[in-house]
Amino acid sequence: MPFFHTRLENGLTVLVETVPTARSVAVGFFVNTGARDETEAEAGVSHFLEHMTFKGTARRSAWDVNRDFDRIGAAYNAYTSEENTVFYAAVLPEYLPVAFDILADILRPSLRPEDFETEKKVILEEIRMYEDVPESVAWEHARKLYYNGHPLGHSILGTQSSIQALTREQMLAYFERRYGAANIVVSVAGPIDAELVTSLARQHCGQWFRGSSGRTDRREWRRDPGTFVLTRERVLQEHVMLLTAGPPAGSPHRFAGDILAMAIGDDRGSRLYWELVDPGHAESADCNYYEHDGSGCIHTSFSCEAEVAEANLERVQRILAEVQQHGITDEELRVAKNKIASRIVRASERPMGRMSSLARQWLTTGSYHDVDTELRLYDAVQLDDIRTCLDLYPVDTCTVIAFGPAQRLAGVDAIVV
Amino acid sequence: MATSTIYHHTLTNGMVLIAERMEHVRSAAFNFLIPGGSAYDPPDQRGISSLLAEMIVRGAGSRSHRELASVLDAFGADRSETAGRLALHLGCSSLGRHLPAILEVYADILRRPHLPEEELPAVQSLALQDLDSLEDNPASKVRIELHQVYFPPPLNQDSYGTAEGIRAVTASSLRAHYERCFKPNGIILAVAGDINWMQLRETVERLFGDWPPGSLPELQITAHQPQSRHLHKDTHQTHIAFAYPSVPVNHPQYYAARAAEMILCGGMSSRLFTEVREKRGLCYAISLQHKTFRHVAAIVGYAGTGADRAQQTLEVTIRELHRIQEGVDTDEVERIKAGLKSGLIMQQESTGARAAIMASDWFFLGRVRTFEEMQQIIDSLTPQIVLEHARAYPCEPVTVVTLGPRPLQLPSSCVPYEKQPR
Repeated sequence: MPFFHTRLENGLTVLVETVPTARSVAVGFFVNTGARDETEAEAGVSHFLEHMTFKGTARRSAWDVNRDFDRIGAAYNAYTSEENTVFYAAVLPEYLPVAFDILADILRPSLRPEDFETEKKVILEEIRMYEDVPESVAWEHARKLYYNGHPLGHSILGTQSSIQALTREQMLAYFERRYGAANIVVSVAGPIDAELVTSLARQHCGQWFRGSSGRTDRREWRRDPGTFVLTRERVLQEHVMLLTAGPPAGSPHRFAGDILAMAIGDDRGSRLYWELVDPGHAESADCNYYEHDGSGCIHTSFSCEAEVAEANLERVQRILAEVQQHGITDEELRVAKNKIASRIVRASERPMGRMSSLARQWLTTGSYHDVDTELRLYDAVQLDDIRTCLDLYPVDTCTVIAFGPAQRLAGVDAIVV
Repeated sequence: MATSTIYHHTLTNGMVLIAERMEHVRSAAFNFLIPGGSAYDPPDQRGISSLLAEMIVRGAGSRSHRELASVLDAFGADRSETAGRLALHLGCSSLGRHLPAILEVYADILRRPHLPEEELPAVQSLALQDLDSLEDNPASKVRIELHQVYFPPPLNQDSYGTAEGIRAVTASSLRAHYERCFKPNGIILAVAGDINWMQLRETVERLFGDWPPGSLPELQITAHQPQSRHLHKDTHQTHIAFAYPSVPVNHPQYYAARAAEMILCGGMSSRLFTEVREKRGLCYAISLQHKTFRHVAAIVGYAGTGADRAQQTLEVTIRELHRIQEGVDTDEVERIKAGLKSGLIMQQESTGARAAIMASDWFFLGRVRTFEEMQQIIDSLTPQIVLEHARAYPCEPVTVVTLGPRPLQLPSSCVPYEKQPR
């Protein structure tokens, strides 16, 4: 597929993959900022700002933003992670100029005081909503305990008190610090040519301030193993999470990391599946590898009845120790590669999939791979590479965090949270 | 734009094969629709359809569960087995070139499942845990409860089942349920993506052609009077689910009903989103969904909000539902049409989505609607048509289920709470 990239004078990166056969076009603005880039006093500001962008600009009221998107039948939304804030839309090709205009416009929001107060209520409801879901509460605690002060442990939503205390001035200051053109990547995939995209970017984003790019705290995080048992009333299921370091974003070991996580804990046909889920010991059990800027992580987790949590934890720790010692089998390697290849191909059939993939690769490696190259990179992984990855990033030295009814686990008494 | 061709073939035993070739994709997805969802669960074995969906892949033909999983994994097949209300769905996506080999495995799964007795306790344990986990998800719990109180039995039976029902299932009752529901004359196989029709048809004939037909199970739908319900729980939010009558998918006013639903709560410029969330900041999540069976349909809604603001949220919501009878703007309808049209086109980029929609079309309508037909339906929507529908089918009475620390004062257009609080 023809690929094009350029950087405007103010530092904005533009990526375009032309897919002549696609029926829709996807466009995304990836701001290289998220919860990890917040100070303690600003906790939750990235996500709150993501909401505020939809509340209006110099040219549009909140209603205008929503109406203009809906008029062109856009499938659009935004999300905030630990390190990215992403605004995207998929539209029919003839509407790309309008979609681009709206997205670029909302990335320069007015942050009107009355909208700020109304939207604050929505954010507080969102926090309460997740508070009612024990699994979300469990993960929030797990990341905080595992990262123990490292910014990757910051909460994306923030807390009731941090959001209540947040001011519009703090949000403006954060915006000035993180939303400069040099810190933003625009990615487009679909049946369009690069010239059109470049001219739209110049027209709508050419005047944006440059600002700074990247982030300062990119420490690789490694933590001594430990066990934390947390409990709360009126929770029925036990959630147990085992966290450890993995290859950082852009690392050559990331392909091995993906394959390992899939062999250990894909939702079907993995070691965790056969030993925990298939026999009915646990309702679910997964292993996922997440790339983060400067510091990756491997999350293994399961949920089950509290009475069998101890036995399941022993099973999981045994599986992880076995993998650490003996690696995975030839068959597991082959199966994981097939699954990954099939997922890559299917995701690439939609412009939305390609648009996201382009941007993620660019943000993590500063380079571009077409689908076939990506497939080859996974296919090239051998058992030796898996071994190297395990030696560099052992999967069996985890921080264990349990959340649920259990009052004691692995010799540790529960604390009420 | 290239128009798609939809192929259809009915086997002599009554099984239906429908397929669509999508250009420029390498993947293919299929969906087996088997009438035997949770509505078909015997009253004393509620949850059996979910157990069957889980058990059906635990060994089939000459392969054990592990062998079956390993052969499908080797094709990178991404599969799902789910029990819906009316049907079981066995879905699978992979690369198109693996399709014939994967269908061979599925012929075993559908026709020669082992349903191994020794694995039933594990599957029951999973189902019981699933049921338990619902208690930790109030937003899901309140919707399930709403379906339970709103729809007439047995359509109100959900796939989670009941603890007693799950425990009552035995290897022989599971086998009997399988025999009752799995008849080729009830089954629809929909395939979309990189396919070769002649080869596909030949493969399906060879794999399923000699499967003898039989009588299909029938649903006896009983008359039902919904009542609102409050579930007490000390949650942070009050979770509100509600439903009111609409027209089913085969009704001439179906698209007018969908348009009315989208005007109320489709995109972010829709009325409920604007009035409840954008203007008042009352909640984060608010949604409406059209839920259809063959002869019964409803619009089902959900909103989650702090207990102190739940009363206001309910009142603003109900007011908006009524206000649609006062008028519908041209611009609102144009926005709905734009959304429906782009959704229609984007559907053509996902093999999985297409296979599921084709199967559902055939199930409800006995045919697959073409792209051109859908486009024409969308083009023909006008404010007048939507308004006439909204007046003929006003959003009342509204049945409400609340889950939270306190019940609410239900407005007069709502069905009152049942006498006995829970």
